[in-house]
Amino acid sequence: MHAFQYHRPTSSKEAATLAGQKSEGRYLAGGQSLVQAMKLRLSSPTDLIDLGTIKDLAGIKASGAAVEIGAMTRHAEVASSPEIKKTIPSLAAMAGMIGDRQVRHMGTIGGSLANSDPAADYPAAVLALNATISTNKRKIAADSFFKGLYETALEPGELITAVSFQAPKRGAYMKFKNPASRFALVGVYVADYGSGNVRVGVTGAGASAFRQTEMEKALGAKFAPDAVANIKVKPDGLNNDLHASPEYRAHLITVMCKRAVEQALK
Amino acid sequence: MTSSLIGARVPRKEDYRFLTGSGLYTDDVALPGQTYAAFVRSPHAHAVLRSVKTDKAKKAPGVIAVYTGPDLAAAKVGGLPCGWLITDVKGQPMKEPPFPALAQGKVRHVGERVAVVIAESAAQARDAAELIEVDYQALPAVVSAAQAKKGPALHDIAPDNTCYVWALGDKAAVDGAFAKAAHVTKLEFVNNRLIPNAIEPRSVNASYSRADDSYTVYVASQNPHVERLLMTAFVLGLPENKVRVVAPDVGGGFGSKIYLYAEDVVCTWAARQLARPVKWTADRSEAFLSDAHGRDHVTVAELALDKDGKFLAMRVRTTANLGAYLSTFASCIPTILYATLLAGQYTTPAIYCEVTAVFTNTAPVDAYRGAGRPEATYVVERLVETAAREMKIDAAQLRRKNFIRQFPYQTPVALCYDTGNYEATLDAAMKIADVAGFKDRREQSLRRGKLRGMGYACYIEACGIAPSNVAGSLGARAGLFEAGEIRVHPTGTVTVFTGSHAHGQGHETTFAQVVAERLGLSIEQVEVVHGDTSKILFGMGTYGSRSIAVGGTAIVKALDKIVAKGKKIAAHLLEAAEADIEYDKGVFKVAGTDKKKAFGEVAFAAYVPHNYPLDKLEPGLNENAFYDPTNFTFPAGSYVCEVEVDRETGDTQVVAFTAVDDFGKLINPMIVEGQVHGGLTQGIGQALTEGCAYDETGQLITGSLTDYCIPRASDVPMFKIDTRETPCTHNPLGVKGCGEAGAIGAPAAVMNAITDALGVKDLPMPATAQNVWRAMHRA
Repeated sequence: MHAFQYHRPTSSKEAATLAGQKSEGRYLAGGQSLVQAMKLRLSSPTDLIDLGTIKDLAGIKASGAAVEIGAMTRHAEVASSPEIKKTIPSLAAMAGMIGDRQVRHMGTIGGSLANSDPAADYPAAVLALNATISTNKRKIAADSFFKGLYETALEPGELITAVSFQAPKRGAYMKFKNPASRFALVGVYVADYGSGNVRVGVTGAGASAFRQTEMEKALGAKFAPDAVANIKVKPDGLNNDLHASPEYRAHLITVMCKRAVEQALK
Repeated sequence: MTSSLIGARVPRKEDYRFLTGSGLYTDDVALPGQTYAAFVRSPHAHAVLRSVKTDKAKKAPGVIAVYTGPDLAAAKVGGLPCGWLITDVKGQPMKEPPFPALAQGKVRHVGERVAVVIAESAAQARDAAELIEVDYQALPAVVSAAQAKKGPALHDIAPDNTCYVWALGDKAAVDGAFAKAAHVTKLEFVNNRLIPNAIEPRSVNASYSRADDSYTVYVASQNPHVERLLMTAFVLGLPENKVRVVAPDVGGGFGSKIYLYAEDVVCTWAARQLARPVKWTADRSEAFLSDAHGRDHVTVAELALDKDGKFLAMRVRTTANLGAYLSTFASCIPTILYATLLAGQYTTPAIYCEVTAVFTNTAPVDAYRGAGRPEATYVVERLVETAAREMKIDAAQLRRKNFIRQFPYQTPVALCYDTGNYEATLDAAMKIADVAGFKDRREQSLRRGKLRGMGYACYIEACGIAPSNVAGSLGARAGLFEAGEIRVHPTGTVTVFTGSHAHGQGHETTFAQVVAERLGLSIEQVEVVHGDTSKILFGMGTYGSRSIAVGGTAIVKALDKIVAKGKKIAAHLLEAAEADIEYDKGVFKVAGTDKKKAFGEVAFAAYVPHNYPLDKLEPGLNENAFYDPTNFTFPAGSYVCEVEVDRETGDTQVVAFTAVDDFGKLINPMIVEGQVHGGLTQGIGQALTEGCAYDETGQLITGSLTDYCIPRASDVPMFKIDTRETPCTHNPLGVKGCGEAGAIGAPAAVMNAITDALGVKDLPMPATAQNVWRAMHRA
């Protein structure tokens, strides 16, 4: 790890001001990706702006069918939150599947989304649950947030403050894990909002998370496992690595979607 | 003492310090004036070093020195030696290219050491290492064993990248048997390359004292005396008496810490230049790139059978990937420790094996838990299971038809098995595994959408490689004995010094049990010391499951001498003839009387020799012994594995695993079970999850734990294990060794189960979900 300056702002405004001054600086959320990259000397920010003590970035607010999760909320808090378990149980279950116990107690929803790791779990949820990502400057719809490999709609210095979700009628997330890293080789989040409005978010398979519209249509017509079981996903453009070819990933999208629907119907 | 300590489940003496974080590992050793080394490593698999510019690094904060290959060459630092000379089929010695500690003119694998920076702190060394500018002229690379011969030459002395072509067995007899066989089973496969990943990375902390011109080298090693011998005699030209090597607590080795590594040599040499201690500890990334890897064979194997399933002959052709350089014992693994095991548990009358060992632009390959024997077992047991399926003979029945039943048994591949009972372990394994109930379980699995399969593996292992003179005639450049010393203190407690080295095996408990039992002491009265050349008279270290069979026997021989001297002392104290003294568990008795002396009384008399035969006997009670075995030991066992395959995803789980091993006599069954659990898990890892991958340019794809999959606890079932016992006939404890068995037998059992589940002849290891899915879609 290279040397860096450490900052601990107490408000998101102060954090953003610091970010504006330090062009090679980075926000530090849970540090579960950034700190690893720094230790491997793959990332060498001059400044780390720790968001950990900013009070207005943490916390969960539920009202009716809506849930707002502060950007610095840890995965373990989402997994165990009574409000989220009640309103969007599939989201709590998904948060409980991220990484391992240590990661879940450090990693945050805002950090995960800003990083946009192609195999992270939250992006699938954000797409399927039609979330709105609030920043210190604006509100961004989930559909316009992910732009590519580790690329998002965030501008330099822009800070995620919270993420809002609308509860579906039912939903579920199914993950097929990379055997080594335990990240999603393919993860599929299915959310049924009723009246034929079904959203399917896929992670792990492409450069960034994406929606699978063919499956959304099929499930909109009939929310049942067999509605998607025979859909053959095209492998074109899907990730190719040691653990899974595009063909295998395409196949897993169908299987995981089918299993997510089965789970959602339980 | 009524209950015997031999065979008792004594809790491990060493666990308190390990479980409370009070162990002392090499990296924990901090010396006055400590400095830290960082290595610049090649990012290219194959390249000419056009220039290495160190000026900026030398001026960086905290930097004390920077050295490159030419600095070492100028100081006449030798290359790393290979400990085993293989003679090829034409009677020529293997090709032994130079293995410089820092690259000379060329790099031959990613991670090879190009320069070292020594600084006041580890971070400063690392920062400065980034300032070294290396101008590489990249060359084409070759990474796979199969391609090696056609690839660009790594070393001038081996233009076809061939280190040797070696063969064992009667080729004419084998070819003749194949010509009249009723059935031939043929398989072609790769035994996947593995990366060891001991939990403690390699580490060295070397210091030099100007006061007495001596060196002390702390190093994470499995054999400190061998490390010292190789470093002093072959590389640095130092007098052995001036070098102390200490391997303190070592966090796992699996073979990867047997060898003399370049980092050890560089730090020791640099410590002398700077007259300050130099420490280096690998990070996990460096471990992946530069620890010796294991396995990596490409094999074509054939088994000839008569119409009833009797084995007639076996023919095996293997290309073994040795990596870019010859690691310390690399040459003997795919030959002496591989081809000799191809008889397995069977009476196959004729076996021929030809091995081509090749250089590639990859990390060196050497012994890794099992070392040659897992590869041999994989060949034999995949062939046997496949033959059974092809001939529609029950797989267990086919094995029984061919089991060796008469001992000693001379195999056609040089080994002579002293004892065994293969029927007994197979019977027990089948019973415990409930083989009879498999059909029902298969149907139940199918109802849950899972394909279930069952596979056997009946392995043989050769442990405690020996005797030294035979090994020497086969090319070994070292002895293969072990040394031990028993120091009885005046009050009757004992310190045991052993040349074996524990890095997770629990010797401090197992060896103490042997000594305490023999001397009638409690386990607390016996201390076992290992891992320090200044304390231990000599040692060949721990590898190849040799510690109890060879190191334990050396201790027993020293104990015999203690008892013999004790009898002389007791005879004097009891005023009896020495011939009338009987010894049993700590008590010297005059036969047929109630006159006796306790062991402690005899020990005290030896050190306070007031009433003592000083004219005939030296005072003191301290004995040592060297033991060179007359033969290998031959552990064997039968494994039964059941897997379930998810039909949609290919995800494969080992749902049941039964292992019945014959390790001869057990000293501590609890420790043995732990060794079996660990071995099985590594074996299942090779079959299901672990596979080192380089891309075609020689970049390591599996360079971290996010891509290289070591099995987790959740990847293995609750093991069902048991033992059967045929004591080894040629050592006094009747022991055989247990450290590697699981890793030797498990891969074949798992793959036999998966191929059974899928109904395919073969699929590559590791059988990851993707590989299994592909196999299902091909089938």
